Order: sequence, then C-alpha cells, then structure tokens
Amino acid sequence: MITLNINGKEEKLDAPEDMPILWALRDIVHLTGTKFGCGMAQCGACTVHLDGQPIRSCVTPIAAAVGKKITTIEDIQNDKVGQAVQAAWQEVDVVQCGYCQSGQIMAATALLTTNKNPTDADIDAAMSGNICRCGTYPRIRAAIHEAASKLA
Amino acid sequence: MTAPLNISRRTFIKATALVVGGLVIAFNIPNAKRFLLPGAAPEKSGADAAKLPAPNAFLRIGTDNTITAMLAHSEMGQSIWTTLPMLIAEELDADWSKIKVEHAKAAPEYIHTAYGIQITGGSSTTWSEFDRYRQAGALTRALLVAAAAAELGVPADSLRTENGFVISGDKKISYGELAEAAAKLETPKAVTLKQPQDWKIIGKATKRLDGPEKINGTAVFGQDIHFDGLRTAMVAHAPVFGGKVKSFDASAAKKVKGVENVVQVPTGVAVIANNYWSAKQGRDALKVEWDLGANAGLDSAKMLEEYRGMAAKEGLPAAKAGDTGAALSKAAKMVEAEYVLPYLAHSPMEPLNCAVKIGADGCEIWTGTQMQGTDQQAAAKILGLKPEQVQIHTMFLGGGFGRRANPAADFVSEAVQVAKAAGVPVKTVWSREDDVKGGYYRPMFLHKAKVGLDADGMPVAWEHVEVGQSIMLGTPFEAFQIKDGVDATSVEGVADSAYLKSVPNHHVSLHTVKASIPVLWWRSVGHSHSGFAMESLIDELAHAAGKDPLEYRRALLKGHPRHLAALNLAAEKADWGKPLAKGVFRGIAVHESFGSFVAHVAEVSVNKGAVKVHRVVCAIDCGLSVNPDSLKAQMESSISFGLGAALQSEITFKDGMVQQSNFHDYKVMRMADMPKVEVHIVPSTEKMGGVGEPAVPPVAPAVTNAIFAATGKRIRTLPIGNQLA
Repeated sequence: MITLNINGKEEKLDAPEDMPILWALRDIVHLTGTKFGCGMAQCGACTVHLDGQPIRSCVTPIAAAVGKKITTIEDIQNDKVGQAVQAAWQEVDVVQCGYCQSGQIMAATALLTTNKNPTDADIDAAMSGNICRCGTYPRIRAAIHEAASKLA
Repeated sequence: MTAPLNISRRTFIKATALVVGGLVIAFNIPNAKRFLLPGAAPEKSGADAAKLPAPNAFLRIGTDNTITAMLAHSEMGQSIWTTLPMLIAEELDADWSKIKVEHAKAAPEYIHTAYGIQITGGSSTTWSEFDRYRQAGALTRALLVAAAAAELGVPADSLRTENGFVISGDKKISYGELAEAAAKLETPKAVTLKQPQDWKIIGKATKRLDGPEKINGTAVFGQDIHFDGLRTAMVAHAPVFGGKVKSFDASAAKKVKGVENVVQVPTGVAVIANNYWSAKQGRDALKVEWDLGANAGLDSAKMLEEYRGMAAKEGLPAAKAGDTGAALSKAAKMVEAEYVLPYLAHSPMEPLNCAVKIGADGCEIWTGTQMQGTDQQAAAKILGLKPEQVQIHTMFLGGGFGRRANPAADFVSEAVQVAKAAGVPVKTVWSREDDVKGGYYRPMFLHKAKVGLDADGMPVAWEHVEVGQSIMLGTPFEAFQIKDGVDATSVEGVADSAYLKSVPNHHVSLHTVKASIPVLWWRSVGHSHSGFAMESLIDELAHAAGKDPLEYRRALLKGHPRHLAALNLAAEKADWGKPLAKGVFRGIAVHESFGSFVAHVAEVSVNKGAVKVHRVVCAIDCGLSVNPDSLKAQMESSISFGLGAALQSEITFKDGMVQQSNFHDYKVMRMADMPKVEVHIVPSTEKMGGVGEPAVPPVAPAVTNAIFAATGKRIRTLPIGNQLA
C-alpha cells in the first residue's frame, strides 16, 4: 500500500510503486480530469502539480509522490492563481474539444505562480510542452495575459 | 416565411409524448434518404419505419423549465454543442440559461439530412441542420402557445413568447408549466420561421455551453468512462498492415499484476487488465509471432518513385476542355511543377478508445465517434444483433479531424471483438504509438502539372495528373463518390477549380494507387493536398508571368465573386503591397472547399533556414455565420492544424513499418510556432458553407508562397522540414 496526498486528501493505494501518477489518478482514484495523451511526457495533457511544481504525471511514478502534495485540475479552483486562470479561460472562451485543457490550465497556473507578468516568449517557453491539436494556442496566450492582468 | 415542412430537405416532423413528461419533438427522415451498408438489415417498409426507437427526439422541455437539445452530431471541438441549440433557442424564444445539451443516440431519426447516415463530417453540421433545428424550435413554440391559449381561453394569436414564457397581457406561463399539455396537442402542419432581421441569437457571438465543464475537468470523454466491472484492454497489432498472428505466448503477460486475461481477436492479441498501466505492461510482456504478409516490404520512398513513373502518363480523366496537348505546344511560355504531400496521421489528443458492455439481448457502447451509423451496424453484425439492439452513447470527442468517422468502424469493431472474446465489459485504449502507427492516414499524393501561358502570361493550357490512393474505394460511399474510376475526393479542388474555368484547354487526370495502407479523410480531405498544389502553381504562374500574385489571382477569378470577396478582404486587412518589417515577406492563397471560400495572407521570415510564421490574416465567406466567435475559433484551429502539418508532419514507411511513433517524431504544431491569427468574416447572404475544414487548404501554400518571396526557393514537397537549411 502506498499513501498519496491528492488534492489535500490522504489516499491509500494498492498499486505498484512504478505505476505513473496518471494511472493512479485515473484508474484507481477515478479522478479523470487529468488526461492521457502520449505516455512519454511529449504532450502535457497529464500535467498536475507536485508540491506546486508542474510535472508530467504519465512518466512520474507514484513512489516519487510519497510525502508530497499532488494537485489536479479538480482542485485548482481552490488556488488563487488557478481560479484566475480558469476565469480567464472562460472569459476568452479558449476550449474546443477540451481534452488538453486540464493540462494547459495546470501548466498556465504554474507559470503565473512563478511569473506574475509573462511575456509572449515566457509563454512560449512554459507552454510549448502542452500540445493542443485544436490549435487553441492564440486564445491560451490571450487568456494567460488576461489572468495575469486580473491577478496584478 | 412559412416553411412547408415536408418540402425542405424532405423532413417529416411529428411531436411525440415522452413517457417521463414534458414535450419531445422528433423528425423522421423518409426511408428514401436512408443509406444502406452492405450486410445491413434490408430497407424497412414505411409502416415499420414509423416504429422508431425511443426517445426519438431533438428537443425536450422538462417541467422544471430546462430545455434539452439533442445533438444528431458529435461535439469534437467545433462548437455545435452551442450552435445547434442556438437555432432551437432562436425560434423557441427560450431562456438561454436553461439550455442543456445531450448527444443523441444512434437512431434513424438522427440520420444526416444530406448524407443519409448518422455522421459528423464534411463541415456540414450547421448548414445541414439549419432548417431542421430552427423548425424544431418553431414547432415547439407553436405547441406551447396553443397550450397556453387553451389554458387561458384566449386566441393563440393574442399571445407572445419571450425568454421561456408565453405571455398574455400581464400573465406569464413558463414553458415548463405548459410542456405536458403541449405534448398532447396535434402537431401543426407548418410553422412560421423568423425573418433574419428578427433574430436575437443567430449571428451573435455566443460563448460555448461546454466551456465550464472542459475547464474544471468534469467533461466526460470516452476515455473517462468507468463503471463497476469495466476492464481496460490493449491490443497488440501487427507491425505491418495486413499482418496476422501466427502464434503467441501470454505466460509473461499473465504474470503482470492486474492482468486478467489474454485473448486473440481478428486485429491481434488483446491483454485485459483492471487498469491501463497493467494492460500496457502486460502487452509489453506479450510475445507474438506475426505472419507479416504481403506488405513487409512497404517503402514510401519507393512508392513515391513509382508515383513519379505513373505521373508521366495520363490517368483516368477527371476534367477536360479544348485540346490541351495542341495548346501546350503553341504556348508562349511553359511552367512545369511537381508537388508531393506525405501520409499524415490525424493524431487527435484523445487516443482512440471504446467501452463495450454486451448483455443478454443487446450491447452498449461508449465512445467518441463521428459516425454512429456505421459503428452501430458493424457492432450488430459482429454480435449477430439488430442495429437497434446496439446502443451507442456518444461521449465528448477529444478531437476527431476525420479519424473518428471510419466506414470500417475499426476501433469500435475491435472493442466489440475484445469484449465478445473476453466475456467481460471492456474499454479498449490505444496508446499514442498505436494511434500514430495504426493507419487510416491522409493518403500521400503527387500532383504533376504542365501549364502553358500566352504572351500576356495568362494560362491557356493546363495539364494536371494526380497520383494517390482512393479514400472512398472499398467503402459504402464508393457508389456515390467514384465515377468512371475517379474518386471525386482525390481530385476535388483541382477538377472543379474556379481557375480552370478560365483556362480554355485543360486536362485533369488521376491514377488511383491500390496500396494496402489504410487511408481516410483528414481534415479537408482531398483539398488538403489540392489546395497546396493549386495555390503553389498559381503563384508559380504569376511569377513566370512577372505579375503580382494577388493581381494575377484577381484576373483569373473574374466572375467568381465569393473567391474575390475573401481574397480582397484578406489582402486589404493584411495591407498587401505595403512594406513589412525587414526580413518579413508575404504569401497569399485562396481556396474554395465545403461550400466556403477562404483566403490567407501569411507573413513569414526565414533565418538561417528556419521558417517563422509571424502572422496569418484570414478572410472567409461562408454565407451566414451562426456564431461568429466559434467561426473565428475554427479559423484559428484550421490554421494551426494546416500549418503544423506543413511545417513538420509526415508518416513514412520502411520495411513495411511506420517509422514514426509519438509526438517526438510525428511533430505537430506547438505554442512557440503558432503565429498571430486575424480573422475577418465577409458579410454574406450567400448559401451557407462549412467552417470546420475550409481554412486548412490555403494555409500551407500561403506560407510556402511567402517563403518563395523571402528566399526565391519554391517548396514543392511537404513538410517544409529542413529543406531551407
């Protein structure tokens, strides 16, 4: 048994230590907001926060999360920055198919937590690991600027 | 206007009382419109067809005032989850805040009004449903008004409706209160639709109804389906298309914790586990010996050489006028060019998946599909059931781009086979590698053209040969789409090009290659290659003629006002002809597809061989825009999709195998490469066209034409890759 702290709750999991956090979240705890896209940290759909840092949960084993706090899309509205990011996403009407957006929002929240006023180049650097096949990139960029202005 | 309901798209409408109360509006498509697949049940008689599966409805009003719109089409990002309810709400005078949306089940009443099968594709949802969903709203409103008139004892024409209420003087009755009484009334024979000047919702930028749930992680995609007893399965597929299992050893796979079973299915060997990670590890441990079959030598580079050989000769004619050979020999100047476009994977963000539960007298399927019609029939055939015994729950699609509309129903059939073989409810999940290597690609195409110009530089003779695989061959659409050996989707955008209408001598022909690589429509279908070939070629002709590319297009497109409207608007908004920042150059392209006309101006710089697209200015004439903001989003989306492919994407084969596997080697658009996008809509009352696909074809040529302006190098093969290095 492994104990993980997920969104502030202690969860006991009967799972192998090498199971990626993604599958523990999705298939054991049934928190399905975090998405599977590539399985090799290439697309960012699985992005969650581990002690506030954005990580690709598809390649991070649960053993690496013991004693740390996992935050997922389901709980990000309880974070001041996360809430502003979600509000900006709604204001700009970013989403299309929506599948990558949990990961985009988690990545954007992490960016704005450490960089209050990111430039376009900062956004390129922080967000280029998150693929959106619908091409919502211009709106993601606009929403990040919008959230930054609301948080200022 | 008063729309006689049985004339417009030959749609019958009837109101049906729903068992749970409230009011349901359903439409029945006459049998003549139905589209039968091989092996399907024979066409029913009119009497039988009246017994449609319940709840056969497009719209439901609950006694709690909620209005639920039932979507005959699938939401995959294109925003029909909002656009179709807008049509209902407009005519119903509904309270927009009370609108809920559901995907309809797979059933005959949801058959596409033009395509005759339940499908989302061809950029057709909004125009094909524009009448049907407005009529649903108008009919429902008429019934609610009649119910209110009866209750109040006043004439119906003394009543008005607003924001979810029927109003009589200072009395207001909510739609929810009237729903049950309205359901018992006789259906009107005709309804009056609003005049465009009275529209309050249609034409107004409207926020997506599925926005909130896609922002907080609660939206349910096929991948997210879970219920007690559901297992996850992964199928080991042959490394070569057409390969078969010779033998397999499951002993190591079965030792993986969580793996429950290993079964052979027609497409390979399935590992069934109680979670994805175990299924994946089990599949990795599985030993399969394959009979690779006839395709073990498949090599796309060699295929391209064969295509070149074929293109040297005329193919089957697709369009012809005058005497092209004679006119070419007399031309003042000749331009010859060959364009090559690779196989492409759709790679939607959500890897393919499908959950199946087989019961005693039926089967339930949960998946994100664009083509419930064929999926239902394929599942029924596998299980020996009638189609109506197969219930399809359409979930949100994590992208489609054509991949989830497969006449072969590949990922649904496979899931049904696994569930049948394993005897338990199963969700098959494809890995990204399974998706990239799994086939159903945009086919590789070669275009070879020889164009003769007159002394003024205008084209007088145009010979055009295409070589590539047919998408429609061997599908149920073959009879409609292939005429005299020519697949219309192979030559669309060339054979019917507006440019050729001004060229007195032209000849377009096609060689259809019978390769074993599964191919499919990829966002914009044949236009995805013809747009590049035609708009590159026009640019080459302009250059050969010594003319400005915009002016040259204008001259050739005289008499094509919708092309010109898009072209001129894009050029004007992009300040065509005015100076740009140092090192930045413009390219332009315009293309008609799916009933719409799109022009792009791309601003590009090339620095040490690296291409940077700074801005794309887009203009579209699609007729009426129901939701201008979702239209704008589709233009942004198409530019990203088309540009990503043009810059970097290709699927290649060697020794029978796909050489790419995941997003590190099948490269797609990312944030850092995304240009600024500006979208301008041509104010238009012309016939409605689509918006999901038509902005894809002109992106690549706008960019490569700008690269030519910047460097003098003409990119004739996609992707651009490192050709400028």
